[in-house]
Amino acid sequence: MIEARELTKRYGDKTVVDTLSFTVKPGEVTGFLGPNGAGKSTTMRMIVGLDTPTKGSVTVGGRSYAKHAAPLHEIGTLLEAKSVHPGRSAFNHLMALAYTHGIPRRRVEEVIELAGLTSVAGKRVGAFSLGMGQRLGIASALLGDPAIVMLDEPVNGLDPEGVLWVRNLLRGLADEGRAVMLSSHLMSETALIADHLVIIGRGRLLADTTACDFTREAGGGGVKVATTEAMRLRPLLAGPDVTISSSSAEELLVTGRDAHEIGAIAAQHGVPLYELTPKAVSLEAAFMDLTRDAVEYQSAPAGTERKAA
Amino acid sequence: MPTTALHRSRRPGPGKGRNLSAAPEPKVPATPRTAYKVTGIRVLRSEWAKFWSLRSTWITLGVAVVLLILFGAIASYTYSPDAVATSGPPGPGSSDVDSDAVSLALTGVSFAQLAIGVLGVLLSAGEYSTGMIRSTLAAVPRRLPVLWSKAAVIGPIALVLTTVGALAAFQLGVPGLDGEKIALSLGDDGVLRALAGAGVYLGLVAVFGVALGVLIRSSAGAIAALVGVLLILPGLASLLPDSWYDTLSPYFPSNAGSAVYALHQSSDALTPGAGLAVFAGWVALTLAGAAFRLVRTDA
Repeated sequence: MIEARELTKRYGDKTVVDTLSFTVKPGEVTGFLGPNGAGKSTTMRMIVGLDTPTKGSVTVGGRSYAKHAAPLHEIGTLLEAKSVHPGRSAFNHLMALAYTHGIPRRRVEEVIELAGLTSVAGKRVGAFSLGMGQRLGIASALLGDPAIVMLDEPVNGLDPEGVLWVRNLLRGLADEGRAVMLSSHLMSETALIADHLVIIGRGRLLADTTACDFTREAGGGGVKVATTEAMRLRPLLAGPDVTISSSSAEELLVTGRDAHEIGAIAAQHGVPLYELTPKAVSLEAAFMDLTRDAVEYQSAPAGTERKAA
Repeated sequence: MPTTALHRSRRPGPGKGRNLSAAPEPKVPATPRTAYKVTGIRVLRSEWAKFWSLRSTWITLGVAVVLLILFGAIASYTYSPDAVATSGPPGPGSSDVDSDAVSLALTGVSFAQLAIGVLGVLLSAGEYSTGMIRSTLAAVPRRLPVLWSKAAVIGPIALVLTTVGALAAFQLGVPGLDGEKIALSLGDDGVLRALAGAGVYLGLVAVFGVALGVLIRSSAGAIAALVGVLLILPGLASLLPDSWYDTLSPYFPSNAGSAVYALHQSSDALTPGAGLAVFAGWVALTLAGAAFRLVRTDA
């Protein structure tokens, strides 16, 4: 369990994390989302005590991270894939971390195998591809058999097979009762793994919700109706909470009624329809809507697509 | 779903997992939560493993010892009292008193100290430049044990190896000085003390490098500081007024350090014991600054 309370980090007069409170619960995968520069990495660094909060506090398993006798057993982290000396082999890197806790060599071999690094364990990490570096980072996160697993952008640089592996791995870890937290700037990817979503922008909490709720709310994009008798259908559909707009003589955009209802009403009154299309808003678009004002590095209008990338 | 092959040694209950049908793992609540625990000895063991698992360690240590032996032996073989006498203006009291068998054997110290100091810097600042420090401090969030362990690993290793190197340089030089009036043997008064003093000095230089690395957090910056303090500072200081210079210069790190391994104490230098205390003081001061920065600033 991770509990952040009014966590704040300032560098000079720039506030990177702003009174952020959230909880990461055991048995769940919590997605930690935000555009680049939103303060995700800084928050994660504060969780494991690499940075000291300017104000507020964060506890890991009820205590501040540094107070644990065996920190790697409380929370395993992947902060940046390259938190490794490139001159050391993967095995020696993991072994060096294992020594600090008295973790046996057997466990090191276990996580190497689990991460699929057996064939390259003796190679210098400097020669690793980005994906192999991520796998090594995940292996070191799991080394201490931790109650909480926290990964910063774990799928960066992984091939599709690797992405699937991470997804299944995290699901499995949560099912074992561990708390899993992963950060990402990709909504659609995260929605596939996460139970819970914590979305931040410019260091502030924008949303703290379940993935289901977020997906459901994102679905409310209205229904496009095309009919030759738009003028007659319009008043029939009207009602409280229903808004109807029209872009041409034969088209209506209805929100507040789903396609099922609209079809039924039209049939009841004998209005012929030739198109009835629910317009789903993609999760990515919903995420961008939410974070639009909070994007740190705004690109030119033509590059709107890249904002969340 | 593939199994994650993790076996939890002590977490109570599977939590609110989805696999509610799974039989509860047999757990003995009375056992301690885990055998994993960070201790000082374990951090030391980790730093020892880190030290030897880098190729650059072996290269730098090798270079230091080879420089020490090579320059010492060459200086002894090429020594000629006539050359010394003719190089300066001939006159009474021309100072070839400065050359003795030990100082010749230790010619390489000024080169070896750079290699050893750089090794110390790489051990600490190298973690900052590669990002390794994040992994290190995540494992040991109390941080200070990491600094003490790095110093405790590299100091003794450098001390032992360079003492052996100094002894070897001296012994290899003995035949080269055969018949010269400055020739000495290991058994002579103060010889062993001076040679071991070189090892102690270089061991402290290694710790100095570690401290500079943690203080400055950049390999290039820390190496520059090391060279500045050990080689350039004495030269710069000669710009000071003479009376100041004469009073202060024995206390410069490099001058205090060279007093530790001098066979004969020159008139303007500290005794070996005092030199050791002063140089160790400089190292301790730097180490304290490094400890302060390590604990107080974000990694």
